[in-house]
Amino acid sequence: MTHAKQTLAGELLKQGVSRRTFLKFCATMASTMALSPSVSHAMADALAKAPRQSVIWLSFQECTGCTESLTRSHKPSIESLIFDFVSLDYHHTLQAASGHAAEEAREHAMQAHKGKYLLLVDGSIPLKDNGVYSTIAGMTNLDMLQQVAKDAFAIVSIGTCAAYGGLPKAAPNPTGAVAVSDIIKDKPIINLPGCPPMPIVMTGVLAHVLAFGIPELDHLGRPKAFYGDSIHDRCYRRPYYDRGLFAKSFDDEGARKGWCLYEIGCKGPVTHNACATLKWNNGTSLDRKKSGHGCIGCSEPDFWDAGGFYKALSTAAGNPGSWAVNGLAAGAVVGIGSALINKKVKQAAIDESGKLTAEDMGGQS
Amino acid sequence: MNELELLNWARGPGLAYASIIMFFGISLRLLEILSLGRPAEYADTRDDGVKDGLIMIVKRSLPETRHWKYITASYIFHIGLFIIVFFFTPHTQFFRDIFGVFWSGWPNYLIDVVTVLSIASMLYMLIIRITDPTRRILSSTGDYLVWILTFLPLITGYLAFHRLMLDYTLMLALHILSVELLMIALPFSKLTHSFTFILSRWYTGSNFGRRGIKS
Repeated sequence: MTHAKQTLAGELLKQGVSRRTFLKFCATMASTMALSPSVSHAMADALAKAPRQSVIWLSFQECTGCTESLTRSHKPSIESLIFDFVSLDYHHTLQAASGHAAEEAREHAMQAHKGKYLLLVDGSIPLKDNGVYSTIAGMTNLDMLQQVAKDAFAIVSIGTCAAYGGLPKAAPNPTGAVAVSDIIKDKPIINLPGCPPMPIVMTGVLAHVLAFGIPELDHLGRPKAFYGDSIHDRCYRRPYYDRGLFAKSFDDEGARKGWCLYEIGCKGPVTHNACATLKWNNGTSLDRKKSGHGCIGCSEPDFWDAGGFYKALSTAAGNPGSWAVNGLAAGAVVGIGSALINKKVKQAAIDESGKLTAEDMGGQS
Repeated sequence: MNELELLNWARGPGLAYASIIMFFGISLRLLEILSLGRPAEYADTRDDGVKDGLIMIVKRSLPETRHWKYITASYIFHIGLFIIVFFFTPHTQFFRDIFGVFWSGWPNYLIDVVTVLSIASMLYMLIIRITDPTRRILSSTGDYLVWILTFLPLITGYLAFHRLMLDYTLMLALHILSVELLMIALPFSKLTHSFTFILSRWYTGSNFGRRGIKS
């Protein structure tokens, strides 16, 4: 194979990327991932020497939005060049081959790079009814994941569906969808949740894996560099939250003035992602927020079932009015019963004691 | 279960159980108390006692000069808790969602000051309760339990708001869960005074009035 002979530095030179630009990219990446400035040189060296990485991308119960996010970034950037550099040996949407030829390419890559290929997964895996709800080339997603994961050196779960189950797992979860990490337990798994995840997060992590290996992860398997802060803590609307200035609807004065969107359902306070710092659309937009829409919490587990996108985080998820009425009614029934019993007990005591006489009180008759 | 799942549980099923138990308890306790009625009067009553009942409601709500430090702390705590519960913006959202009525919340820094004062007042009252021999003798386990149950929502709310100690999502979930504990204990502990205090003051005052005792 030619993979091992090709290096990233060589590939970039061929694409007309100067060493200076490459170093600038490494410095940007290092600072983006909160690495020390001195690391950028190490990263440049490691990346330059990195052999062409074999990548198998499996798409299960997904919408292709994650692939769209990655491939339709604003303009061809050095990040996308790095993505071009990897040997994407299998990807439904992007590969030219189809049918048997496509599956052969996957099997070939698995054999040729046994124990060395990187497995990227988007989409959740259905387990209900033996996984019949999503199959590829006659194989269930579960079988394919287990087969490919066996010889992968690491797995990257791209998007919330692969990382935490996502939309397919939303109640009532008709297909019994689960995340990659629910099935594979013996491989390092990097979760890159988001619906979709940010392109720079995907390429940044890829660069880190190529240069240094697995980045530092939080307790939900997310790289700390990108998912360490909450949207709320880095939001440009945060000062309005602190001052108590809130948009009450999507077309009121507050909304026009760019006030905090907490009251109309923003989930920024409990959502960890880099949208507020790295921003979308080539760094110009905070995704939904700059367009006047609150964060929907898409990089957190089970965000679909978090009580509604347009209900404030502090509200009840359900119908508290009916809970109160039911509670009051049940209490009334038991209370009336208890009152009747008390009355009976009281009457019985009166009947038993009879009329009080002077003797009862210890007096002389 | 991760912290967001815990939060979702606290906002959904957890809150449902707590609400049902609290309203069940309030309804039960009120009916029990009201059905007891008044004891039989064996002498002629002075009047119907309405005036004295109303006087007592006001009079027992006014501050006294004795133990002024303790009483001031108690006032700060009670008024503070009322402000925090009803005027912190996220809380106003909760009530708007339930009642459909909206009133504006106070700015966060004001709520912050009120919260610190309330927490300090509660701590001061606890210290006095423990150090003062009379109050210590009069205090039961229930009193300390009720103190803890009231203190937990305050401190977890404060920590969550300032992103202190744990992850915000987890702290918010713990805050809501602590409120739910308080809701469950409310009708079955000394906290019943939150919905019976007017009733009991009126009862005492009107009894006094009927028997010719000055309220």
